[in-house]
Amino acid sequence: MLLIPCPWCGPREDDEFTFGGEADIPRPADPDALTDEQWADYLFMRDNRRGRHREQWCHTAGCRRWFIVERDTVTNEILGASTYGNSS
Amino acid sequence: MQFYSLPNLIRRGLRGHRDWTPAWRKAEPKPSYDVVIVGAGGHGLATAYYLAKLHGVTNVAVLERGWLGGGNIGRNTAIVRSNYLWDASAHIYEFSLKLWEGLSQELNYNVMFSQRGLLNIGHSEQEMRDLARRVGANQLNGIDAELLSTHEVSKLVPILNTSPHTRYPVLGGTLQRRGGVARHDAVAWGYARAADALGVDIVENCEVTGIRTANGRVTSLETTRGEIRAGAVGLVVAGNASVLASMAGIRLPIQSHPLQALVTEPLKPVFDPVVMSSAVHVYIHQTDRGELVLGAGIDAPVSYDLNGNFRIIEHVLAAVCELFPIFSRVRMLRQWAGTVDVCPDASPIISGTPIKGLFMNCGWGTGGFKATPGSGWVFAHTLAHQEPHPLNEPFSLDRFTTGALIDEHGAAAVAH
Amino acid sequence: MSQPFRLTQGGRIHRDEPLQFTFDGRPIDAFRGDTVASALLANGVTLVGRSFKYHRPRGIVSAGAEDPNAFVQLGRGARTLPNRLATVTPATPGLEVRHVNAWPSLDFDLMSAFGLAAPFIPAGFYYKTLMWPRRFWPLYEHFLRHAAGLGHAPDAPDPDRYDHVHAHCDVLVVGAGAAGLAAARAAAQTGARVIVADEQAKFGGGLLSTSERVDGLPAPQWADAATAQLSSASDVTLLPNTTAFGLYESNLVLLAERLHTDQPDNAGAESGARVWRVLPRQIVLATGAHERPLLFANNDRPGVMLAGAISTYVNRYAVVTGSRAVLFTNNDSAYRTALDLVEAEVPVAAIADVRVDPDGILPAQTRAQGIPIHTGAVVVQAHGRGRLAAAELCSLDGAPLGTVECDLLGVSGGFAPALHLHAQAGAPMTWNPQIAAFAPQPSHDIHPAGAVTGQLDLASALRQGTAAGAAAAAAAGCSNGHTPAAPQAAETPTSDLKPYWLPPGDLARTKPQFVDVHEDVTLDDLRLSLREGFESIEHVKRYTTLGMGPDQGKLANPLATGVIAELLGRDPASVGTPRHRPAYSPVSLGAIAGRHIGELADPVRVTPMQDWHESAGTRFENVGQWRRAWYYPHPGESMHEAVARECLAVRHRVGILDYSTLGKIEVTGPDAGEFLDRVYTNAWKRLRPGRCRYGLMLGKDGMIFDDGVTARLDHQRYLMFTSTANAAPVLAWLEQWLQTEWTDLRVYLTSVSEHWSNIALAGPRSREVLAAAGTDIPLAREDFPFMTFREGTVAGVPARVFRISFSGELSYEINVPADRARHVWEALFDAGRSFGITPYGTETMHVLRAEKGFIIVGQETDGSVTPEDVGLGRLLSRRKDFLGKRSLSRPDSVRPDRKQLVGLLTDDPAQVLPEGGHVVDAPGRRRPLPMRGHVTSSYFSPVLGRSIALAMVAGGRAALGERLYVATLDDDRWLPARSCHPVFYDPQGARQHV
Repeated sequence: MLLIPCPWCGPREDDEFTFGGEADIPRPADPDALTDEQWADYLFMRDNRRGRHREQWCHTAGCRRWFIVERDTVTNEILGASTYGNSS
Repeated sequence: MQFYSLPNLIRRGLRGHRDWTPAWRKAEPKPSYDVVIVGAGGHGLATAYYLAKLHGVTNVAVLERGWLGGGNIGRNTAIVRSNYLWDASAHIYEFSLKLWEGLSQELNYNVMFSQRGLLNIGHSEQEMRDLARRVGANQLNGIDAELLSTHEVSKLVPILNTSPHTRYPVLGGTLQRRGGVARHDAVAWGYARAADALGVDIVENCEVTGIRTANGRVTSLETTRGEIRAGAVGLVVAGNASVLASMAGIRLPIQSHPLQALVTEPLKPVFDPVVMSSAVHVYIHQTDRGELVLGAGIDAPVSYDLNGNFRIIEHVLAAVCELFPIFSRVRMLRQWAGTVDVCPDASPIISGTPIKGLFMNCGWGTGGFKATPGSGWVFAHTLAHQEPHPLNEPFSLDRFTTGALIDEHGAAAVAH
Repeated sequence: MSQPFRLTQGGRIHRDEPLQFTFDGRPIDAFRGDTVASALLANGVTLVGRSFKYHRPRGIVSAGAEDPNAFVQLGRGARTLPNRLATVTPATPGLEVRHVNAWPSLDFDLMSAFGLAAPFIPAGFYYKTLMWPRRFWPLYEHFLRHAAGLGHAPDAPDPDRYDHVHAHCDVLVVGAGAAGLAAARAAAQTGARVIVADEQAKFGGGLLSTSERVDGLPAPQWADAATAQLSSASDVTLLPNTTAFGLYESNLVLLAERLHTDQPDNAGAESGARVWRVLPRQIVLATGAHERPLLFANNDRPGVMLAGAISTYVNRYAVVTGSRAVLFTNNDSAYRTALDLVEAEVPVAAIADVRVDPDGILPAQTRAQGIPIHTGAVVVQAHGRGRLAAAELCSLDGAPLGTVECDLLGVSGGFAPALHLHAQAGAPMTWNPQIAAFAPQPSHDIHPAGAVTGQLDLASALRQGTAAGAAAAAAAGCSNGHTPAAPQAAETPTSDLKPYWLPPGDLARTKPQFVDVHEDVTLDDLRLSLREGFESIEHVKRYTTLGMGPDQGKLANPLATGVIAELLGRDPASVGTPRHRPAYSPVSLGAIAGRHIGELADPVRVTPMQDWHESAGTRFENVGQWRRAWYYPHPGESMHEAVARECLAVRHRVGILDYSTLGKIEVTGPDAGEFLDRVYTNAWKRLRPGRCRYGLMLGKDGMIFDDGVTARLDHQRYLMFTSTANAAPVLAWLEQWLQTEWTDLRVYLTSVSEHWSNIALAGPRSREVLAAAGTDIPLAREDFPFMTFREGTVAGVPARVFRISFSGELSYEINVPADRARHVWEALFDAGRSFGITPYGTETMHVLRAEKGFIIVGQETDGSVTPEDVGLGRLLSRRKDFLGKRSLSRPDSVRPDRKQLVGLLTDDPAQVLPEGGHVVDAPGRRRPLPMRGHVTSSYFSPVLGRSIALAMVAGGRAALGERLYVATLDDDRWLPARSCHPVFYDPQGARQHV
């Protein structure tokens, strides 16, 4: 079990949250300008890192805010959490 | 290779079993091989065996970071079936199932493949439509499949709760009689022994730490036991596929998740077939030792942790107690997890890569065990000929670019 | 008195509360405070089970959860409990105890014939044989299966229920022996919130079975006093009968608490259990240690017991477990047993001590009692059939020292810390050569104390416990500045243990020496395993089944580490131990499931009209969590007849549908239109307020994700309808985009699915019905045209009315606040009576939409279908980007032979195609037979008087009218059909515009 530090609500058990995959994969500004390979990289390719991993979580059964958690994927240790800059 | 048979067992038994020899050599790595396979799990060892057996490629090493068979081949719930929806999947899994049917004899190693039947149950009208679609597809693909009524399900597994008054009543099911289970560890050991006998070097406690390339071609592997040159390299490392691929600068459409399973204390036999319900994420069967083996769905977060989230176990056991009310007082003995490599379309990647001589066999997700013989067969072909076997052509890495996914999520009944 | 082995005094049993239970039908006298095991032993029952593989006779070995043999079946029928340990099951009046795994009886077990074959069925024998002939394997397996297994599952559903408790505390103390009690006291006095859990019914652990003293009191009395003191403290929760079975990341500790263990209802040990999920800040691990068995031939004979268990039975239960004892040890602890036996007037015929010169206090005291002590000596073989009769001794160099008659052989190979919880969490452990076992390393939030650290004496346990409790409380942020003094006990200088793993030389090779008694894994099996290259401890485990029994190898694994190390000539630290897995002791599936079963398995969602539907005799179907009205049969009507009647009512008159399950999301804000432009494939900004539009939503991969109508309520406000099943996923999807990518958009989302009920009136008379029900909305076609929405009142209730149609008929979807929905539904129904209004359910809804060729997401689509595939390419805007758009130009998305939506008309109009049936060009027996696609929806259309079907067929759209065949599950039956445009009824769509 993970204790997820929701930036708004505090630490809560992970079953209140939804995992949203790797963070920092912004949607390309102009998808039509991309090759099929570049588009596939955006859609599907992931670092899937062993170790430090920045990822998205949503406090689904709480404040319903999305935020970023940094976690070690081997030990599951939570290394930090941050909010999306402009979300209010 | 010492021949395994009852007369031999008795003969050596009379001498106190003192003259059995190691099932496989503890090989020292040589500086160079024609083919190096990374990962001594089921798929890797099967690949090595078929390379040597079918293609005459015997200058082969299988490198293993830890102990042979310690990954998912030793952690799965041992289910074998071929009732997949899409043609590409159906063909490779059915090819594999046919290999299973003669595997003990082929390897001279009893992998205890037990075709006790595999029952999928459906709980909603839409699920029954999906099951019917899958049974129809299976039949036209030459795979045995039957659609069962609730009554027939009940006759097959009388202890299943088929009352209409449960939360999700059983509306029917499908049965693949040739499906079943096998002794998972034995599969790794049987392939290892047979591959070793054909000259393959199996090197345990040898971790790959780097992949060297030159001019777009793989040249050697850096390992904790020195550098090993290789004509071709096959990465067959399941949950660690992305980690290994990244050593060669390759990104994969894979995420690694814990997949949990558990086993109960042993009971006298209470039911025979494997029972699966995708709606409630349960698969369960009773081993020859009498234990109930249960599998769950994957933990949602990406993780290489081998404990898993106990919530998943709670949910699975609630579903089991709903389906099998008499198991409520039976006790969980042991619970564990493996790291599964999941592709977006729940289908594997058996493919070349942008780097010449470097091949991947990964992405089997929750369902790799059943494919072990077939996967090894086609991957051996791919490594030997440097091009795919017709059965694994659709499972290319390229499909994520073209969009030709083989989406087995679609019929969720085949998610495991 | 019928308990020949019960001492006349002493023990912690309640002699004034006698009780009786049965073992295999035979009455057993006991006292409250007994376990089933202590009572059986008091009655001279030594044979309690048969072993897993060879069916050898087996007796009780221990007095706790580590016993490898004492598995019994409790009770019968629905309440039976298979495979419970007699050593931890309280004796209760009337309890039925039966043996497991023997046939026909425990004394005469035909399956013990397996023992004769033992030389030929060593570890892993099945991998080497049973392969020929191939078709015989099922037969072999049938035999193996029926020979295996232990107890029987219950034969009826569990009548008990189980709860979960969620708890937080500062310090969790696992184990309430000397160290645990001392730790709890030290932590509690700081004001910390403390939970103390112990697997036994009484707190005290080893204190309850020792003759030592603490703070001047006899140890059991001190334990009682300490427990009483803790129970009166605020913020301290004491949990007896509670096993900590799992330790997970974030320090989640799972406890299984057994309730009502003293109830005389045959319920036995685990009825009404509770599982606690505890999140402590700090953990004190005071889990003690397990005594290690020793190897010698026939070391599994009933009468061979752990030395410490013998003491426990004497001191705690006033039971002597034999009449003449021999002890075999490599450390001092067995001498305490010798003294206990002397005190209980059981003669100790000999002690074999592996050590050459044991010089502790206890050996000296024992020697003073005149007990013969053989130093540098070992037991090499136990004699006797069915029960121990004698022990054969020899010196370490193999010289015979004679055979000593005895019916009790106490063994002690030292103690292995019970570090299971610690190790489960992956915390580090180190090999401690002093005790020849692995011990846990402390971490910043786990504090081991007492025997689990390898320190076995009472004084150390009390000191360590006190320090650990204080340290844990301080680390949890609770401290009052002073550390309490540790309770005092006499120091007992001990001499060192001498590791002893393998019998000297080749002694007694022909008789089995069991490493894992439960699994019948012998020393020879380990040798064979290593010889065949299975050297990693995990390989040994898997090859021999070492430690895989229901006892989880608690006794076997610590022994195996040393044995394997010696056989391989390696350091035990490098051999390791098999990975410890939860659960420490087995926990029932029902207890883990808790209340998430039966009615609470998954909430049932119903609409405000549910009662009305039920009183109308409706048949329901499960759709996700929803229970939806499926059809409304009249008495005697079949489903087919009912659906036909409902369909025709809508086509010819008017029907009423409860459509409240649709997802509804309000999308508001200045950028709402821009937002919809991005998430829907078509354009939204120019939609005028008051108008509705059908939209398609795609995943990033370009595949259809959801569809539905969205209305523009006013300038900055839209109401989006989603499919029933996707209500939550769509909301989550939209929120994610807004919060993580498009944080600049001023858009706000509100799920209003539960707030608004949706009643659909459909059919040519629906306008009249709505008018008759009373509304202030002008209903004339010009005033309220198709694909618009109006606000007003219906039947006196504020309503949003949408002129949209999923049936192709004139239709109004009337949204009203959920708490008034039942009233509006009834008002519409009453108003519609004179028009022949007919309630219809989801089945009729499906038929009507199929007649119109409308898709259902999840039925026509399966995650691999694009808008073009289902003929909705016109909804793809060329002028703007939208989610998924780029994916639609990938090579595979533009293949001409993709599966496309077509209609199918069977040659035989009465023939309804099977849904899920596959479409082929020509029937044939060849396999695999190429498939063109499959039937997604298939119904009999009452209005058309024939069957219709929708199908996804490869390249189907370009070849409309082609001859196709649909496979059935009967190989010889193929259903001929022709493809057609997928709109079967009113292709111009005139009826919905009237």
